[in-house]
Amino acid sequence: MGKSINTITSTAVPLKIENVDTDQIIPARFLKATTRDGFGKNLFRDWRYENDDETKPKKDFILNDARFKGKILLAAKNFGCGSSREHAAWAIKDFGFDVVVSSFFADIFKNNALNNFLLPVTVSPAFLEKLFVAVDKDNSSLIEVDLSSQRITIVATGETESFEINPYKKECLLNGYDDIDYLLSLKDRIEEYEKLNS
Amino acid sequence: MAKTIFDKIWDKHVVTTIEGGPSVLYIDRHLIHEVTSPQAFKGLSQRGLPVFRPQQVVATADHNVPTLNQHLPIAEELSRKQVEALKENCEAFGIELYGLGHPYQGIVHVIGPELGVTQPGMTMVCGDSHTSTHGAFGTIAFGIGTSEVEMVLATQCLLQSRPKLMRINVDGTLKPGVLSKDIILHIISLISASGATGYFVEYAGSAIRELSMEGRMTICNMSIEMGARGGLIAPDETTFSYIKGRPFAPKGEDWEKKLAYWKTLHTDADAKFDEELHIRAEDIEPMITYGTNPGMGIGVSKSIPNLSVIKDNEKPNYIKALEYMGLEAGAPIIGQKVDYVFIGSCTNSRIEDLRLVAEFVKGKQKADGVEVWVVPGSKQVEQQAREEGIDKIFEAAGFQLRGPGCSACLGMNEDKIPAGKYCISTSNRNFEGRQGPRARTLLASPLTAAVAAVTGKVGDVRDFFGN
Ligand code: SF4
Repeated sequence: MGKSINTITSTAVPLKIENVDTDQIIPARFLKATTRDGFGKNLFRDWRYENDDETKPKKDFILNDARFKGKILLAAKNFGCGSSREHAAWAIKDFGFDVVVSSFFADIFKNNALNNFLLPVTVSPAFLEKLFVAVDKDNSSLIEVDLSSQRITIVATGETESFEINPYKKECLLNGYDDIDYLLSLKDRIEEYEKLNS
Repeated sequence: MAKTIFDKIWDKHVVTTIEGGPSVLYIDRHLIHEVTSPQAFKGLSQRGLPVFRPQQVVATADHNVPTLNQHLPIAEELSRKQVEALKENCEAFGIELYGLGHPYQGIVHVIGPELGVTQPGMTMVCGDSHTSTHGAFGTIAFGIGTSEVEMVLATQCLLQSRPKLMRINVDGTLKPGVLSKDIILHIISLISASGATGYFVEYAGSAIRELSMEGRMTICNMSIEMGARGGLIAPDETTFSYIKGRPFAPKGEDWEKKLAYWKTLHTDADAKFDEELHIRAEDIEPMITYGTNPGMGIGVSKSIPNLSVIKDNEKPNYIKALEYMGLEAGAPIIGQKVDYVFIGSCTNSRIEDLRLVAEFVKGKQKADGVEVWVVPGSKQVEQQAREEGIDKIFEAAGFQLRGPGCSACLGMNEDKIPAGKYCISTSNRNFEGRQGPRARTLLASPLTAAVAAVTGKVGDVRDFFGN
């Protein structure tokens, strides 16, 4: 799994469906594994295949459309709602995406994504529409996501918007740090807290 | 400064705050289960770390366990391995496990309160989004992902940004036949499945105060279905008397000390919320969902909304949802045929739910062609049901009383609703495929589910109450 993120320039896969829940991203029956690997092949399993049959891909589903490839998943409003399963973030990352763009993410999904170096980029509904239009018109449209400057840009037209990210999380993503290292460095403070509050 | 109950609990648990960043929040109780914990334990092992405070962790097997023949080894290999991994991890890291066969086993959000683990003023987390259930006791409780499970195992802390606060006031008296499940389905239908994203919700008002602890848990449970991080209700006498005497409840002097603290846990009169909502209990009907997210709900006497009232940009999703459900815009929902009835899940599988259903079906028979599964939330609920003779009532009615677990709520074990079939379910999610590939879920209260069980159709429970 890629550790650290900075600039990603890629074509995008447009998934224009609202309220995509984590049960669609990775159905519960695939949560029986005890490792973090290999979830990509079951990403959007029931939208991807007819009757759960890998030899029968559903032609109208975007992941089966050979024209659209890339490291950026363009998603619609309220992406990742529902279950807390981090397997959803693992599946998207394992499939090959490094960025998910939406106008609105569910909270737990957003945290899970950040903890797995999958960058959730929240843009305005108007800019999201522009992104969809650009990719619809030309599937080779490049989109640049730059974490340092917190900007997302449609390369061909130069249309651009800035996005928010918590400064602490930004540092983590740029440098490949994870929260657990930080928390472990606070052990003494935590024990002190426990003494004061017991 | 005037504080909300949320502020009071949050402030007490902040170990330190990163400038311009999240706070380090101390977690009092951590609940774990077999599905979202194995990768976290693996992470600890790779780093060579112990579990920091094993006594503050409670473990059970629930998501992936069979609900029939629980005394036999689990037949399905991957499920068995996952449940075994939990057992091995708990042994290796010194965590007490209420696994299959243990008298305390059950759905993680049912056993926490039932054992007295859940107490007012605590912070609680679990690798499961319905951890919000515990908020019914005046706790800050929320779901986390597996990386966060690992953080809490390693340090008993989490990095969290303070959410915005919303208060939802429900005042007045509920009509007969209307349950707390209807309150929360009503709220979600008003504000949508994403209406509370970014917020922590406090439920208040006279109709909330009147509810039992079971009823309050049902409401807090579904906070996540409108996107909220969690939901809570200030503790009161109902809360205290529920906790008293439970296995992990404080005792003697400790009880008095804790009780005095718990009584300070309420929102001050002039505290501010970022958002506030007022709802009249009298306006709430028995509710049912017709779509593929919990916000797509209506009163049972209403019709499925016409396409003309749906916003243009939402039309494609709306059409897609109705297509999946095999239902028509503008059609009444009453009379819709049902194939399965599922009474269970951490939303509605407590003894009070089973009693309500039993009282309703006593002397009645399930309709022909309907399969009815009653899945108790815990071993203790099952035991209690047997002691009260509820099992006999179900048996006589043709219902199946199974062993405890998550079961058809998420269709991870073999309890799945077949493709294309309609299931009226007391659980919390009607997402596509949630109860099995292409299964069609209608969410409702235990009473509305009981009506469907005996008539084979969606019906109005008020017709049975004679008003
Ligand atoms: S009963 Fe359903 S919602 Fe509750 S914990 Fe189990 S799977 Fe999750």
